[in-house]
Amino acid sequence: MGIPTLWLIVLFLIPFVIVFKISFSEVRLAMPPYAPLFEWLNGKLVAVKLNFGNYSFLFTDALYVSSYLYSLKVAAVSTVLCLLLGYPMAYAIARSGPTSRNVLLMLIVLPFWTSFLLRVYAWIGLLKSNGVINNVLMSIGVIHEPITMLQTDFSVYIGIVYSYLPFMILPLYSNLEKHDLTLIEAAADLGARPFTIFRRITLPQSMPGIIAGSLLVFIPAVGEYVIPSLLGRTDQLMIGRVLSDEFFENRDWPVASSVAILMLALLVVPIMLFQHFEKRTLEARK
Amino acid sequence: MRIENVTKRFGDFVAVNDVSLNVSRGEIFCLLGGSGSGKTTLLRMLAGFETPTSGKIYIDGQDMSEIAPYDRPVNMMFQSYALFPHMTVEKNVAFGLEQEHLGRDEIRRRVGEILDIVKMGQFLTRKPHQLSGGQRQRVALARALVKRPKLLLLDEPLAALDRKLREHTQFELINIQEQLGVTFIVVTHDQEEAMTLSSRMGVMDHGQIVQVGTPTDIYEFPATRFVADFIGSVNMFEGKLIEDEPDYVRIRCEELGAVVYVNHGISSAPDATVWVAVRPEKINLTREPPPVASGVHQPDGAGENVVRGVVKEIAYMGDMSIYLVKTESGRTIRVTIPNVARHADDRITWDETVYVSWHAASPVVLTR
Repeated sequence: MGIPTLWLIVLFLIPFVIVFKISFSEVRLAMPPYAPLFEWLNGKLVAVKLNFGNYSFLFTDALYVSSYLYSLKVAAVSTVLCLLLGYPMAYAIARSGPTSRNVLLMLIVLPFWTSFLLRVYAWIGLLKSNGVINNVLMSIGVIHEPITMLQTDFSVYIGIVYSYLPFMILPLYSNLEKHDLTLIEAAADLGARPFTIFRRITLPQSMPGIIAGSLLVFIPAVGEYVIPSLLGRTDQLMIGRVLSDEFFENRDWPVASSVAILMLALLVVPIMLFQHFEKRTLEARK
Repeated sequence: MRIENVTKRFGDFVAVNDVSLNVSRGEIFCLLGGSGSGKTTLLRMLAGFETPTSGKIYIDGQDMSEIAPYDRPVNMMFQSYALFPHMTVEKNVAFGLEQEHLGRDEIRRRVGEILDIVKMGQFLTRKPHQLSGGQRQRVALARALVKRPKLLLLDEPLAALDRKLREHTQFELINIQEQLGVTFIVVTHDQEEAMTLSSRMGVMDHGQIVQVGTPTDIYEFPATRFVADFIGSVNMFEGKLIEDEPDYVRIRCEELGAVVYVNHGISSAPDATVWVAVRPEKINLTREPPPVASGVHQPDGAGENVVRGVVKEIAYMGDMSIYLVKTESGRTIRVTIPNVARHADDRITWDETVYVSWHAASPVVLTR
């Protein structure tokens, strides 16, 4: 058992088991705010109170289902946008000279030097009705009424794409940078035009990078809490917001836990896909 | 294929300097040169990956200046083979034909044909990483040949193969070339490869083609000291021309302490500094002074085309032995002697005093 296993047990497995356990308890007004699963009497287990009501409740209330679906949609659209924006950027960085490459990579990482929260707040200042963008557009006469950008899907996408773009670019870059450029020459030599070369040589070979980057964006975006809270719609919550409201507003830890477990279950599918592709690339390299 | 005064500069560096060359249809032409001699740059210009700074390239009379790599009737086999790792052997070979928008059946037929020629017919569904080096080399060759190019460029085609496989593949390459009649231009730094493969070869140095000729021409009649030294091994002695007649010359070599008599004339100014090049396998090694072959021998054995020395090193190579003999003037002469007999107890050995001599027809006199 190495350090990675220990790391996973302490930081993932134990918290997961705790949350998993809570998701089957009954809520109560106490400290902690849930009933124990196992009842002990004189060191003997006398009863196990398993409550599946938290899970069935999630499917009866439309709020949860729609939040899940909305979160998946937002995450998926943001991932595609990140890919469309990030791929050309990663490609350009990977093909630039060694000096400018380092500068460009530096610029990609640079936003991490300021607080994430501050950067999202800055977008409020840019996007709000009397914010920078609207003021500029009105003063040059492009528009006469301010455009409502804040608290829309648009602002959520802006926030997520802006925040997660580096997570798309970096794995894509590290993939594209390793490409053997003689393959491109070979394809050109065999009569392929630039677009065909991209479609049949470069793109298939960058699949591992695309998948890694997409998962790094998609998975945290599904559970994103800060960005939709600050920039997002008020009539449609994302699941991260629902989760935190259940914990901190309703103090219904069992329901909150089942929301979390279900979200994890939803994310297992893309993670398994990722594993599958990773295995295939490793095999191909052998 | 015709190259006219092609020059390629990278900044201040002249990679290819005013090269002109003709290669006829059906030839195997080897460009031989050390690293940085410009041979690869020249090849890349033929493929269209680099554009000449000046000069023109014609293939079948057609000017290639404005023609992109993907439109040229030229294919290249890359040194690294550059097989597409995510495609099977069949897909790799079919790739070029798919770009010509040929029918499915036509593509399948031609891919099958060419893979049979390179004896890779049973590996259709393998991926490149499942093949050995020699098999990859064949697939790369098939992929380049399947488009039936007018000109096939091969960049160090055998460099990645081990010695035995290389020898075997050399002859196969020649067979395939004869079968298909495609013109081959091979770039290599390996002189053995160039000698066995080529019908003609060009030796490159510092961006220029120094000499073009058949392998025999290049080996036996090198035009410059560079060529003589680059191809095979050679003993080179600097000397002064002391007699210059139409049918013989005499050259005094101070570093040899002897006069070299050559039984053919050369064109050079009298008293000019020239270089005498003698191949190690054209030199005899004897314990006694050899009978007079040419000119006059002095009583002590010193004289024309003969030098006395001491054996300093012997390297046994199996088929032959290399002797390094130190002359009284301090020069080391390299001599190779075939090991004809299996038990040769009286073989010349270390520290023996020997006479090094050669026939008057053996040396090549070089003026540059």
